[in-house]
Amino acid sequence: MALTELEIEALLLSLRISLWSVFASLPLGVLTAWFLARRNFPGKNLLNGLIHLPLVLPPVVVGYMLLVILGRSGPLGGWLHDVFGITIAFTWKGAAIAAAVMAFPLMVRAIRLSIEGVDRNLEAAARTLGASPLRVFATITLPLIAPGILTGVILAFARSLGEFGATITFVSNIPGETRTLPLAVFSMVQSPGGEEAAFRLVVISVVLAMAALMGSELFARHLARKLEE
Amino acid sequence: MLTIQLTKLYPGFTLNADFETDPSGITALFGRSGSGKSTLVNLLAGLSLPDGGRIALNGETLFDGEKGINLPPEKRRIGYVFQESRLFPHMIVRKNLAYGMNLTPVGERFIDFDHVVGLLGIEHLLDRRPAKLSGGERQRVAIGRALLSSPRLLLMDEPLASLDATRKNGILPFIERLSDELALPIVYVSHDLNEVIRLADTMVLLSDGSVAAVGPVEDLTSRLDLYPLTGRYEAGAALSTTIAAHDKDFNLTTLAFAGREFKVPIIDLPIGASLRLRVRARDISLSLTRHSNTSILNILEGVIEEMNETGPSQIEVRINVGAPIIARVTRRAAHDLDLKPGKTIFAMIKAIAIDRPSMGRRGGRKREE
Repeated sequence: MALTELEIEALLLSLRISLWSVFASLPLGVLTAWFLARRNFPGKNLLNGLIHLPLVLPPVVVGYMLLVILGRSGPLGGWLHDVFGITIAFTWKGAAIAAAVMAFPLMVRAIRLSIEGVDRNLEAAARTLGASPLRVFATITLPLIAPGILTGVILAFARSLGEFGATITFVSNIPGETRTLPLAVFSMVQSPGGEEAAFRLVVISVVLAMAALMGSELFARHLARKLEE
Repeated sequence: MLTIQLTKLYPGFTLNADFETDPSGITALFGRSGSGKSTLVNLLAGLSLPDGGRIALNGETLFDGEKGINLPPEKRRIGYVFQESRLFPHMIVRKNLAYGMNLTPVGERFIDFDHVVGLLGIEHLLDRRPAKLSGGERQRVAIGRALLSSPRLLLMDEPLASLDATRKNGILPFIERLSDELALPIVYVSHDLNEVIRLADTMVLLSDGSVAAVGPVEDLTSRLDLYPLTGRYEAGAALSTTIAAHDKDFNLTTLAFAGREFKVPIIDLPIGASLRLRVRARDISLSLTRHSNTSILNILEGVIEEMNETGPSQIEVRINVGAPIIARVTRRAAHDLDLKPGKTIFAMIKAIAIDRPSMGRRGGRKREE
């Protein structure tokens, strides 16, 4: 089954948006998870609530909020456009941001759980051996939470691949720019006689998701083996 | 010189440590569980924050509550061997060992990798992960890892507590060698008096969060007033001796101390080597005359210095036989023999009662110097 040009376009766009969404938000995700797991500060519950909001709000609402904030006439979007000439709304960058916002709570949860599972005594031991807190994080904490980070990345990647509601609201459904696989499926189902094309896209989505899951499973086993040897 | 003046408040427990010690050799922090030993070493290492006070090591202030000085643990250069080894599970032994070493400037390292590996006998473990090591192996690696960070002071928090007797006896010689060969001051936390007597020169006795006594091990173990703290069952005094002769026919070793002799089952140490041994109070019986036809090999003449009733039916008697020893006898016997301070008495000690765990190599080290 050879892929049509449109299918390849949607597939590559989905991959690009999801990868950007995950890897651009990963450092912030790790940082946020660390603060939530290790620090007590005023407003911690509020921050936690804000991060989890996309999980409970209808995605359309999140998309609309992004449009209000990051649209060209929005406070942040206007500033980005005026100062840097960057347009977010109705571009693939906006799609990546929408996916990242929707996937962020899943990523943070997984990483936070693994940070809470780290034996802090090991970190204390590293301090007595002369390591600064930053070095302890890089050489002890980070390697020990690698499996948790992997889980977070996979969850976020899967969530990003499937993102629909916030994306279509924030950046619309523009072929070649923001029409990811789910949006393409939606378009095909909407157009008369598009069932076959929709079905092909569904198969592509399933194959992609399976490949991602299996790849992560292999990598997780590799990590576990490394710890046991 | 290690100066400690610290308070740390917990709900229901207050640590109030105030003492000064010359930490050359091994200083034992001794006390029952809950007496504040671990709390104190964590404060020393900088892993928890005191509520007030001062810590100074060789003139450098590590913590001063009033001046707001608090060196973070990585700047204190105090090594720490934990009870549960705390090896990094994601690194092989070689990397665990090198972790602290690589963070120490080359000019400040006083021991190299191969020396430590040889000293601890861990060559064959270098490429293994901590999960594949036995408890004893793990502790040796943990000791090596702390050593390689070239600390000014090494803290050991009951490093042998999780090991069985065989493994313990396998590691004790390493710890003795650390202090002897590297001249590294060690603070050794223990609730096992045998370990303390075997290893330590100085003893800090902790009780309910405060320091009950500080001094040479021999002095503290022979003080009757400290018995409730040093442990009644294990009551006994430490003697610093040197190996005087070996009797190959009967497999006995003669030890000399304060001009006296003492026979014990044979010990594999050269003549002239120093040895500290512990004579348990319950292994000593007393007599007003020197018996000649008895199976007891060690009969020491001495003068009663102090007596203390420690139970409804028993009395502990401190006798100076050149050095203080403690005997535990029944109140009845004390009455019948009319024991009282100043009286001359013969202490009889079965040679066979002195077993290996109650001996240490370190006896008399300080006094010889």
